[in-house]
Amino acid sequence: MKPSRAYTIFIHVAAVLMGVVILGPFLWLFISSISPAKELISVPFHWFPSHPTISRFKDIFLQSANGENVSANFRVSMVNSFIVATGTTFISILVGSLGAYAFARLKFRFRRTMLFGFLSVYMLPPIVLVIPLYLIIANMGLLDTKLGLIITYCSLITPFTLWTMSNYFRTLPADLEEAARVDGCSRLGAFFRIVIPLSKPGLFASALFAFLLAWDEFLFALIFTSTTNSKTIPVAIAEFAGKYSSDYGLVCAGGVLAALPPVILALIFQKNIVGGLTAGSVKG
Amino acid sequence: MIEEKRNVLERFKSSGRFRGEGILAFALILPSLLVVGWIILYPILRTFWMSFFDIESPLPGSYPFVGLHNYFAAFKSSDFRMVTEHSLYFTFVSTFFELTLGILIALLLNSPLKFRGFWRSIVVIPWALPTIVNGALWKWIYNGNYGVLNELLHVFHLGGQGHNWLGSPFEALNMVIIADIWKNTSLVVFFILAGLQTIPSDLYEAAKVDGSTPIKSFWNITIPLLVPSIMVVVILRTIDAFKVFDIIYIMTKGGPASGTQTISFYTYQQTFSNEYFGYGSALAYLIVIFTLVIAWFYIKLLRQGTLEGVS
Repeated sequence: MKPSRAYTIFIHVAAVLMGVVILGPFLWLFISSISPAKELISVPFHWFPSHPTISRFKDIFLQSANGENVSANFRVSMVNSFIVATGTTFISILVGSLGAYAFARLKFRFRRTMLFGFLSVYMLPPIVLVIPLYLIIANMGLLDTKLGLIITYCSLITPFTLWTMSNYFRTLPADLEEAARVDGCSRLGAFFRIVIPLSKPGLFASALFAFLLAWDEFLFALIFTSTTNSKTIPVAIAEFAGKYSSDYGLVCAGGVLAALPPVILALIFQKNIVGGLTAGSVKG
Repeated sequence: MIEEKRNVLERFKSSGRFRGEGILAFALILPSLLVVGWIILYPILRTFWMSFFDIESPLPGSYPFVGLHNYFAAFKSSDFRMVTEHSLYFTFVSTFFELTLGILIALLLNSPLKFRGFWRSIVVIPWALPTIVNGALWKWIYNGNYGVLNELLHVFHLGGQGHNWLGSPFEALNMVIIADIWKNTSLVVFFILAGLQTIPSDLYEAAKVDGSTPIKSFWNITIPLLVPSIMVVVILRTIDAFKVFDIIYIMTKGGPASGTQTISFYTYQQTFSNEYFGYGSALAYLIVIFTLVIAWFYIKLLRQGTLEGVS
C-alpha cells in the first residue's frame, strides 16, 4: 500500500510550514542577538545585520561583575541557575527514586492515597505556597540565597521525580529482583544492584525534567532573590527586559544563552522525553 | 528447573522475609516526606489559616480575624470578576488551540515523512525554551516600532505599519495567548504521538476493507482511541494555563488597562505589591478551587465524548 503522490507532497509541505513557524522566532532571537543596537532600531528594517557582532556574548562572558554591569550579571545568573538546577536535580532524583521504589514494588497501607497526595502537590498553583514560604524562608535567613531556592525547588520537584520514577520502576520485570533475592540479596541490595542499573533511561529522563523545571522556574526565584548572590537567569532577563530603555539585542543574547542548556539537553535526550513524560500517565 | 525455581520463590514469598514491607516502605518514603512535607504541607495549611485574617503586612503580629470576609470581598470585587474572566478565556482558548494543533502535528509526525526524526526534534525545541525567554522573544517580535511581525505583514502587503500588538487590552491578551500556544503545543504533541503509536495499524486496514475513508477512520478509530491521551494532556494544560503567571509578567505586566491581568497575576500584585496577605491567601485558595472544578468539568466532558466532536 503506497501513499498517493498528492498526499506525500501535502505532508511534506505541511512539515516545512511547521518548521518555519517553529524555527522562525528562534532564528529571530539569534539574529537580534548578533545585530548591533543601532541596526535593531534603524529604518529601513534589517532582516540580517550588515555588521553582525558577537560583542554582547563577549561582554557576557568576559566583563567583570560589579553589580551594575548587566552583561556580567547575566553570566553570574547563569552560574546561579546551574548551581540551583543541578543541586535540585541531584537531590530530588536521589530522594524521589527511593520513595518511587516503595510505591512501585512494596505493599503497604495508604499506598495510593500517599502517591496521589504527592502528585497533587505538583498540581498546586505555586501562588498558594509562595506567600507563607516567603515568610518561612525569610525567618530562616535564606532569602536571596541559592540554598533557599534549592530547598524550595526540591520540595516542588521531588513529587514529579517520584511519580515518573515509580512509573518507570513498574515497567521493569519483577522476576529479576526476585531471582536476585532468592540468591540471597536483600531488598535494598536488589534495588541498588539490579533495579538502579536497569533504570538508567528512566533516571536520565527524570533528571532531565527536574533540571528543566528548575531552570525554567520563575515565580519563587522572582520573590526570593534580590541580588546577583542568587538571582537566576529568568529573573535577570525579566528584570532587564522590563527596563524602559533596554537594548533588546542584549535581552536576546541572554535569551540565547539561557535557552542553550535546556534545548541541547532536550535534543540529546529527545527519545527519553516522550517515553518518560507519557509512561504510565495514560494507563493511570 | 524453572518449575523448581518458581516453587522456591513461592515458598520464599510466604516466608518471613516478605513481611515488614510497611516499615521498609516507610523508611524509603521518609526522605521524600521530609523534603516535600515541611515546605508544602505547612504553607498549604498556613495559607488557608491566613485567608481568614486581615493581614496587611509581612511582619509577624496579631491581626484581626475576619472569617470569610476575604472570600466575600473577592466575589464582590469587579476586578476579581474581570481577572477570572481573563484567566478562563486564556485557559480555554490556549488549551483548545494547543489541543487542535497538537493533534494535527502529531498526525503529521506519525505519517510517512522523510527525515521524520528531524521534524520530531524541531518540535522539542519550543518546549525546552525557558518561559521567560519565550515571553521576551515574542514581546520583541510584537514590538510596534521595530518588531519583525509588522515588517513581515508589510512585506506581504497586509498592513501592520507601526501597529503595537500589545497596545490594546483584548488584543494584547490574544497575542500573549499566541506566544503561549507556540511554546506549549509541543507538550500536547508528545502525548498524542505516544497515544498514536499504541494504535495497531491493522485496525485501519480492516476499516479500509470495510469501505471506510481515511477521514471516517480518523473519527471512528483514531479519536476514540486517543481519548485517554487527550484527557491527560488537556487536564495538564488546563491546570497549567489557569495558573499562568510568568509569560504575563514578562510580556505585559498585566496591562494595558489590566487587559491581560490573570487571576495568578492579580493575586501576586495584591499580595506582594499591596501587601494584602490575608486577601491574597483567600485568592490563592480560590485558584485551587477553580483548578479542581475545571479539571473535574473537563473529565466529565471527555467521558461523555462531547469534546471529541469539537476538537
